[in-house]
Amino acid sequence: MAPVSGSDLADVPDPSPVPAEKPRGPERTSAVAGAFKDALVSGLLTALLFLPLVGFRASESSTGSLVLTYRFGLVAIFAGIVMVGRFLLMVTVWNPNRPPRRVSTTPGVMARLGALASPAVKPVFFSFAILYPFLSILLAGGLSPSRYWVDLGIYVLTYVMLGWGLNIVVGLAGLLDLGYVAFYAVGAYTFALLSTSVPINDFFAGTLGDDFWTAWAFWICLPLSGILAAMWGVILGFPVLRLRGDYLAIVTLAFGEIIRLVLINWVSLTNGGAGISSIPPITFFGVPFDSSETGFASIFGLEFNSMHRMFFLYFVILGLAALTAVVTIRLRKMPVGRAWEALREDEIACRSLGINTTLTKLTAFATGAMFGGFAGAFFAVRIRFVSPESFTFMESAVILAIVVLGGMGSQMGVAGAAILLIGGMELLRNLSFLKADFLFGSDFDPSLYRMLIFGFAMVAVMVWRPRGLVSSRMPTIFLKERKAVSGSLVKEGHG
Amino acid sequence: MAGESASPARESRAWDRNPILKVDHLSMRFGGLVAVNDVSFVAGRGEVTAVIGPNGAGKTTVFNCITGFYKPSTGRLALFHGGPATDAEVDGVTASGLAWGKSEAGALYLLERLPDHKVASWARVARTFQNIRLFSGMTILENLLVAQHMSLTTSGLLNPAAILNLPSWQRKQKGAVDRALYWLNKIGLVDRADDPAGDLPYGDQRRLEIARAMCTDPVLLCLDEPAAGLNPRESAALNELLLSIRREHQASILLIEHDMSVVMEISDHVVVLEYGSKIADGTPDEVRNDPRVIASYLGVEDEEEAVAVVEAGA
Repeated sequence: MAPVSGSDLADVPDPSPVPAEKPRGPERTSAVAGAFKDALVSGLLTALLFLPLVGFRASESSTGSLVLTYRFGLVAIFAGIVMVGRFLLMVTVWNPNRPPRRVSTTPGVMARLGALASPAVKPVFFSFAILYPFLSILLAGGLSPSRYWVDLGIYVLTYVMLGWGLNIVVGLAGLLDLGYVAFYAVGAYTFALLSTSVPINDFFAGTLGDDFWTAWAFWICLPLSGILAAMWGVILGFPVLRLRGDYLAIVTLAFGEIIRLVLINWVSLTNGGAGISSIPPITFFGVPFDSSETGFASIFGLEFNSMHRMFFLYFVILGLAALTAVVTIRLRKMPVGRAWEALREDEIACRSLGINTTLTKLTAFATGAMFGGFAGAFFAVRIRFVSPESFTFMESAVILAIVVLGGMGSQMGVAGAAILLIGGMELLRNLSFLKADFLFGSDFDPSLYRMLIFGFAMVAVMVWRPRGLVSSRMPTIFLKERKAVSGSLVKEGHG
Repeated sequence: MAGESASPARESRAWDRNPILKVDHLSMRFGGLVAVNDVSFVAGRGEVTAVIGPNGAGKTTVFNCITGFYKPSTGRLALFHGGPATDAEVDGVTASGLAWGKSEAGALYLLERLPDHKVASWARVARTFQNIRLFSGMTILENLLVAQHMSLTTSGLLNPAAILNLPSWQRKQKGAVDRALYWLNKIGLVDRADDPAGDLPYGDQRRLEIARAMCTDPVLLCLDEPAAGLNPRESAALNELLLSIRREHQASILLIEHDMSVVMEISDHVVVLEYGSKIADGTPDEVRNDPRVIASYLGVEDEEEAVAVVEAGA
């Protein structure tokens, strides 16, 4: 048996296999000619297809009547792109004269490079994450101008953490969970409801001082959010874990929607679609970030700046993400982590070895959900406002995309994918050069096309690296030498 | 016939005197299909018991019932730890409604009442599969450590010492690795311990699956066609491995096999199934000379077959 490496293009069938021993000279010219013909046909088809779709446009004139505008130039540009691209592909990748690529079972070059660099990647990544806010001050030129970049860092790290949390469920245990956002919502609402609760505030005001609850709410509610989310993970998991694959995915999807609909409709508790506002801000372990005498700035002898709070938020989410990573690394080396991975590989074999698969799946669900709950509490304290709008299926899909794109089970891959996807989507907001007249015109908003580009990026990665950015798996224990396991051998789980 | 005339002598058979597994009137129906029809046999402690029969005879179904993957329609599967329990003890546990009970010699388990993972973890019955089920993306060492999940954890889930990485946990893990190494030595795969299991050649995968099952420290090892797809040399190595397991580990072995060289060479007791029913039961020599077995394996003239069918029905 010779498993085909998943990241290899060799398993794509050659369009027209030509015996290799044929003379190459005349074949080559005919290949170019064929490619040219093919490109021409493709270009023509594209032009025909795009003519009605893109070529004509009905827009509103200043008087309010509809006018037809023509954009034949744009059609020509599209057709040209397709023609050139098709031609290049036909003479390179799809060229029938191209020697077939050798099929290997060993990890590919990228995987081996990754394995070589992996001892360095983690410290570099972590130190960069620690230095990032200071770098952004330096590069943005001051505390206040760095706000955008620090905020972006917080945003990306939230998704890194969510990706790592979902990675436990999807990547390690192989359970496809499309409703992960439900646990994020449970965490966020746990904190939002408890911190704005008047009876709890009154209770603490009577015993520990008026400001106690506002100052400490986050730090007390953070573990509670995780525990409650884990509890909901178990509640969801218990009835559905006998399901596998598609069925499990559908039920988790429904669960995510149920949580959101409950949040919308249980108005007396959650304030419905209007959400919960005036959530107390984060404190430096009880010390508020304000300009008062007892505030963070005066205690540490600094000049008051609202960025202090942002900085602190950044390090809190960094700490939470690091906690997720450390716990996952530790769990992988414990029997329960190995059981998760074994479950992904073969559930029936697990049962024949005495592993209680229901219990094992539940722990995976609960652990993943707990980190989702932590991230949710952090989300609530950062935005200081929660509403069901924030917990749509789109969020689940993005988090799952991060896990799949990163390479299921690989922490560095997931972190990389989160940075690429979330950071990249954010940077797409700033593509003002596309507003040039010859391209899309000044009323073009590139940020509207983010999802399109996002989709293209997903397709591209899945074609070129079907097992994600990091496709190899690192063993949890070794006798002599830790060798990466090629992704083609690692199973993806049956759900 | 042979089976009936031998019945007075049966009481003195080794497997009847010291059984580890007693299968009583086992039947398994899937809708209208009767896959196993009222099969009873006994597997002796410390013996190799082979279940043979033509394709579709219900051998794997019997296995799946014993290992808890199927719930039998009717029948009782009693497994004895320590030593055989008396019939009264077995009946007592059956009447109690529990899945297990203590016996004078040790304990007895009613496998048909246990879910699959408890058949493995409580009753300590390990199995391999006809189509190999290794964790192919995990290394060989990891495969053998997953097999020791139950002994490495408390209550099959977590180990508090492991969370804190205490010395007691490190000792325990070292013990598990040593155990894995012992089995790797036995199957000659020490040098490949850090390679993924899916990279191994077929014959090595078969042996690794047996080693993985043995890492669970079973009292009864069930092997579903362990020699399927092996060449004669690998087949001989397998015989050697199975005999050494029986010799050195006091594990009883129940195996399904088509390869008669394996069956006749290593088994002490052979049970023959055909169309879901037992047609013969005895030592390899007895079974080899049993006319019904010869009929079912070699085929007979119509007239002879009719006689065989009448006898089977009798």
